[in-house]
Amino acid sequence: MMELTLAIAIGCLTGSGVWLLLRPRTYQVVIGLSLLSYAVNLFIFSMGRLRVGAAPVLEGAGTVNPADYADPIPQALVLTAIVIGFATTALFLVVLLAARGLTSSDHVDGREP
Amino acid sequence: MGFSQHLLILPILLPMAAGAILLLIEERRHGVKAGINIVATALLLVLACGLLRLADTGDAAGDAMTHTYRLGDWAPPFGIVLVLDRLSALMLVLASVLAAAALVFSLARWHKAGPHFHTLFQFLLMGVNGAFLTGDLFNLFVFFEVLLAASYGLMLHGSGTFRVRAGLHYIAINLAASLLFLIGVSLIYGVTGTLNMADLATRIPDVAAENQALLAAGAAILGIAFLVKAGMWPLCFWLPSAYMAASAPAAALFAILSKVGFYVLLRLTLLLFGEGAGPLAGLGSQVLLIGGMATIAFGAFGVLASQSLGRLAGYSILVSSGTLLAAVGLGDHAVVSGAMFYVVTSTLTVSALFLMIELVERAQEPGANLLTVTMEAYGDDIEPEAEDEEEVGVALPGALAILGICFGCIGLLLAGLPPLSGFIGKFALINAIFNPDGLGSATGGPDSIGWILTALLILSGLAALLAMMRTGIRTFWAPLEVIVPRVLVVEIVPIILLIGLCFLLTIQAGTVMRYTDDAAQALHEPRSYIEGVLPGPGQTSGVSTP
Repeated sequence: MMELTLAIAIGCLTGSGVWLLLRPRTYQVVIGLSLLSYAVNLFIFSMGRLRVGAAPVLEGAGTVNPADYADPIPQALVLTAIVIGFATTALFLVVLLAARGLTSSDHVDGREP
Repeated sequence: MGFSQHLLILPILLPMAAGAILLLIEERRHGVKAGINIVATALLLVLACGLLRLADTGDAAGDAMTHTYRLGDWAPPFGIVLVLDRLSALMLVLASVLAAAALVFSLARWHKAGPHFHTLFQFLLMGVNGAFLTGDLFNLFVFFEVLLAASYGLMLHGSGTFRVRAGLHYIAINLAASLLFLIGVSLIYGVTGTLNMADLATRIPDVAAENQALLAAGAAILGIAFLVKAGMWPLCFWLPSAYMAASAPAAALFAILSKVGFYVLLRLTLLLFGEGAGPLAGLGSQVLLIGGMATIAFGAFGVLASQSLGRLAGYSILVSSGTLLAAVGLGDHAVVSGAMFYVVTSTLTVSALFLMIELVERAQEPGANLLTVTMEAYGDDIEPEAEDEEEVGVALPGALAILGICFGCIGLLLAGLPPLSGFIGKFALINAIFNPDGLGSATGGPDSIGWILTALLILSGLAALLAMMRTGIRTFWAPLEVIVPRVLVVEIVPIILLIGLCFLLTIQAGTVMRYTDDAAQALHEPRSYIEGVLPGPGQTSGVSTP
């Protein structure tokens, strides 16, 4: 059930993201890219397999069974991807504003078709 | 770990430190900033040449040509590694040569045309060097993002409507490609449980049959991200206009960016899906071959159809990308060796062409000097006196003659005609297609794909020759009133140096081909790479797949 919910959520986010990415207005493109990056972040997270109530960090000394713990690497990857995605989206927004100011149009080609 | 091993991290640390320092210096102090950038770039060039020697001679043990650097001294499947072999050393040198040329050119005027030029320049170099050196996929993503973020800034350097519009497309496409990159990386991690390239190479042959499709899908999605960067048809429509819109020094430096895509594809195809990869061996090589040939054809038509020199240069990048992708698709040892020679000469040529364009266009239409327009658009931060002062710089006597000679040399290099190194690169490729086992061992000619590729290589050279001749006649011979452009010495010197390097490549072709042969040999024997990175045979099983 958990897998199905997450898969549907990723699918919805990706679908809306791709649709918005193909739209002609720059703002729609930004929102589309953001939705896509959310979907990708969830996807990376799910690649560590979905676990409930398992800690990602090994506790105690001695031999431990890795199967009792969640995989920490996808979580670390997600953090990096979130930070990078946030920065690049902010940068894209600045360019969007510059394009809006220079061309006085919010069409992605800088002029109305 | 001797001191020489620590050199491996310096191509990343040096630009990072220089970029950070440059960020703190006030924008008006152009001289200081330029000085720091020159020192850092010169050091990087020396360092890259040193690493090239290191990669070529090996360490005290003799045979180990793969040098690794463990960050924080963690053992490789868990820790992060940097890996230096002949291929990555060659690409490092190429990147720093382009950087030096672009930087010298920019000192004439461009570096004052917008804020933070020098900072972005160094950060771009950091990302490029990191991508060439890294030994695991996720760090590859991080360095890709570093170089992309810096390239977004450099792409917009000088501002202006045209640049911002082209930059918008460039950024959107690369952001989407980065997301595909992440999906591919995480799928591969989900199946194999590792991101270290060497560790991946040992695990891929053992992937369970039901997971192989998933792994192939992950690798294919990852490949698309690199193909966007390398500009394979039909993922390349953004490339000519983006490179055309970028300012001359930025475009000259961008010539290395599409080669980053080529480098990663070559590395991963041969390491992960080489002959020893079990059922997945040769994954995607057909796509690369056919796609590469389609890219050559598209690029050649584009070169012929281009009215402006900037667009011509953009399509020339596509032609060289297509040639390289097709060579990776063939994957043969001799072809890869030829491709490595070709990558050096074609990158130097296209970079010189991008620098040349601005000078030639100055001869065509002095009124439509793009720079003055953008300078006005950029506005208040630039003091007009500063520009006037720069105009008093040493102008070049006999500018038109020197420009014409340089233009002719670039034309010969692009077309792949003797006596310059463009010819040797193409000859090495075609020879390898005809005689896979070396010159004189003909085995009845290549198959039909080989014939088509050979024809495309020669015809694309013809297209480049026609287009360059047309532009050359229009620029240097046809005008009734010859306008002698004002060319500063610092602007022509980097172009002459780049062309001079191509001359040197022609004379020293034997030495360079020996090097690329060894590099291709090493790529075809992934064992040495894997053993160089991982602590020892049999100790590779770390984290099991969850």
